[in-house]
Amino acid sequence: MRTSYKNVTGLGAAHKGVDHYIKQRVTALALLILIPLFLFQFLSSFTSGYNGVMAWLGSPFGAAVTFLVVSASVVHMRLGVQTAIEDYIGGTLRKIALMLNGAFALGLWLIAVYALIKISFGG
Amino acid sequence: MSANWSEQRPLSPFTSIWRWHVTMVTSILHRASGVALYGGVFVLVAWLAAAAEGPKAYLKLMAIMASWPGRALLFGFTLALSFHLLNGVRYLLWGKGIGYDKQTADRTAWLVIVLSSLMTLAIWATAYWGLDLLKIGG
Repeated sequence: MRTSYKNVTGLGAAHKGVDHYIKQRVTALALLILIPLFLFQFLSSFTSGYNGVMAWLGSPFGAAVTFLVVSASVVHMRLGVQTAIEDYIGGTLRKIALMLNGAFALGLWLIAVYALIKISFGG
Repeated sequence: MSANWSEQRPLSPFTSIWRWHVTMVTSILHRASGVALYGGVFVLVAWLAAAAEGPKAYLKLMAIMASWPGRALLFGFTLALSFHLLNGVRYLLWGKGIGYDKQTADRTAWLVIVLSSLMTLAIWATAYWGLDLLKIGG
């Protein structure tokens, strides 16, 4: 992601940075709307047990809201924990932790997408 | 840490010598709750995976989450989510330059602590008495 200022001046010393800030704010705003929506639908379907949950997650709207909540959460949490790792861990351990952080977030997202597709197609 | 420090210059302050103030508490709690919610997303995805796997796996996970340690964990996640969500609004407003002065920051810090506690209790009250949430349905 580039801001117009960066397009003019080229990459800064860190090569990136503003994109972290922008992504964190955009996902935060999205989650501010999505989480109440998701929680409300989740609580409503949850009381109907397994069949109710499957019907909700299999509906286009339920699948879309769940997909968006998971996607925005995964990006937001990867960026947030990245900052914590950079603050508290140094050296090689930091590099390993940052890689694990990315792998964990991507892995969770892939599992969630696979689960949603499987439920939607009644597998 | 400063034992071999030859220059007599002021050190950057550590949390141990600060007088605790409310904006410091909310700042620390924001990071702590954010890291805790890392586990929350894991449980959410585990729940999705269990639902996709089938009713047997789903009921197994429900039984774990309905146990007392499971409920304590879910309550903790609810508290972390409520706090992080409401306190996050302060960060978004600060990004726009709103509410940065000391008095407002202190007030909104207390407001978020109170509101996130109430939000957590409201969600659990709804779950227990309104929706009978933790009853394992079939």
